Amino acid sequence: MIAANHKARQIKDVLMQVGACVCAILVVAPLVLIFYHLIKLGFSSINWEFFTQLPKAVGETGGGMGNAIVGTFILLGQAAIIGVPVGVLGGVFLSEYGTPKFNWWLRFAADILNGVPSIVWGLVVYGLVVIPMHGFSALAGGIVLGLMMIPLVMRTTEEVLHLVPAGYREAALALGVSKWKTVLQIVVRTALKGIVTGVLLAIARVSGETAPLLFTALGNNTWAQNLKQPIAALPLQIFNYAMSPYDDWHRQAWAAALVLLLLVLFINIGVRFLTRDRWKSKV
Amino acid sequence: MNVTGNNVKKNSSGVSHFGDDAFKWLTLLMACSVFVLIALIGFELFNGARPSIHKFGFHFLISSSWDPVNDVFGALPYIFGTLVTSFIALLIAVPLSIATAVFLTELAPLWLRQPLIMFIELLAAIPSVILGFWGFYVMVPWLHDHVYPFLRSGGGFLPFFQGPDHGPCILSAGIILAVMIIPIITSVSREILRSVPGLQREAAYALGATRWEVTRIAVLSYAKRGLFGAVILGLGRALGETMAVTMLIGNAPYIGASVFAAGQTLASVIANEFTEATDPMYSGALFEVGLVLLGVTLLVNALARLLLVTFAGPRMKPQN
Repeated sequence: MIAANHKARQIKDVLMQVGACVCAILVVAPLVLIFYHLIKLGFSSINWEFFTQLPKAVGETGGGMGNAIVGTFILLGQAAIIGVPVGVLGGVFLSEYGTPKFNWWLRFAADILNGVPSIVWGLVVYGLVVIPMHGFSALAGGIVLGLMMIPLVMRTTEEVLHLVPAGYREAALALGVSKWKTVLQIVVRTALKGIVTGVLLAIARVSGETAPLLFTALGNNTWAQNLKQPIAALPLQIFNYAMSPYDDWHRQAWAAALVLLLLVLFINIGVRFLTRDRWKSKV
Repeated sequence: MNVTGNNVKKNSSGVSHFGDDAFKWLTLLMACSVFVLIALIGFELFNGARPSIHKFGFHFLISSSWDPVNDVFGALPYIFGTLVTSFIALLIAVPLSIATAVFLTELAPLWLRQPLIMFIELLAAIPSVILGFWGFYVMVPWLHDHVYPFLRSGGGFLPFFQGPDHGPCILSAGIILAVMIIPIITSVSREILRSVPGLQREAAYALGATRWEVTRIAVLSYAKRGLFGAVILGLGRALGETMAVTMLIGNAPYIGASVFAAGQTLASVIANEFTEATDPMYSGALFEVGLVLLGVTLLVNALARLLLVTFAGPRMKPQN
């Protein structure tokens, strides 16, 4: 009786372990499959033309997504101009100045902002920028991505600043260095690599955002002229081409999706490589 | 104190305090931007939604007529779609995520943990639009050919698995949502399981428990509250997801039992219709849909944060 019970328990144990293993494989499978299909369907369409040409009209084959690639980088540049200073300085406040109670509220607010659906950000910036400016614009697209970056950058900056040993600060202060110089020249400089990592991850995160751009940047079929006009972006172009009925557009959308995925994965993996030691010690 | 000491004191209180104060206030100002942003989001949505709120009031939430031509709007089908897709996503994602987190913290050989964690983080990094695109052209046809017939034959007596399917549907949207929230539930759950004290496990092992029993009795039940927080966090993400769902749900208002029917969520209706909404009442209604979506996600996220904070995980607790 006892032996049978023991056996049953062991069988259950093995079953559960195998089950957990299978679950882990299932969880990773979509990543592998997506990568496989994007390469299979998109790789052959990536060529020089794809990066340098404008989209062709419906029916003509060929053309590229040069304007969307440039547009994405313009949007990300604007986003960084808005999101990085605000996020980093906010993170500095959290780590160096804030009182525990106030910090709790700040973190709570930042986490809440991180949870705001991206489409809602689009609506907000539509009301905030597009309506007053009487039109969709690259500026609105940059602003929405920039605002989304703020809480992301703030939280990661705070986390890396906490890793700087308190002794560094004390040593600088003991030498009579003023607090703000200590913070900027000792603390921030020591943690610079980590801050850059956080910023890059935030950029990677917003670079694939589509929903907030739908009614801010809108999309465009020509090269970006100025920031007051609608601008093309890779994720928007993927969406529009993917939902179109034309085979040639689908082909290009696969290529664009592959390029965007490679960009995002490249930043993510690159950043891991850059901060390997810290990352290893965390795990 | 000697003269030099006084000088130093004078210097630091005279010259450099301005820099100190200015810098401190600057950082404070930047930090407070998060409060400003929350207020701004609330204000802009409310402002945009005003015509619709005035006209429909509470009725907006329980009416299912959506008629831009006659300016009559109700969001019930979209609320329904959002809840059902998120529920399906949780049904799939929760067991998979928690099992994977258990695998990562309790079972996997050490050399495998690191690469697996990286894979899961990369999965989280895939843009939503790419998942939607892949889902539409690869996953939906596959589900249509292999999974749906199986569901029909096995569970066809249930109302969920009845009715025609034309490809994109509520179930496919729920499945892609599961793929999107698995990484976040897994990584938060992993943090929580890691913070379970080793003594808990040792005590259970000492009583002769098998590995699974240790996991169940000592780890999972200890971490219950934290894991619940992780799940709610995933729910918050699922409720607001836009692009992948928009591409996979078929975009037709629907209230009913079949998961093979095309549906519409709060987020997807905004994404689909906002650029066409030139009429103030129409765009107001979409703003109000956004307001509802924001309210739901804020509540869910706040609940998740509170659960995670009250669970005694060192990283989840407010520091200092």
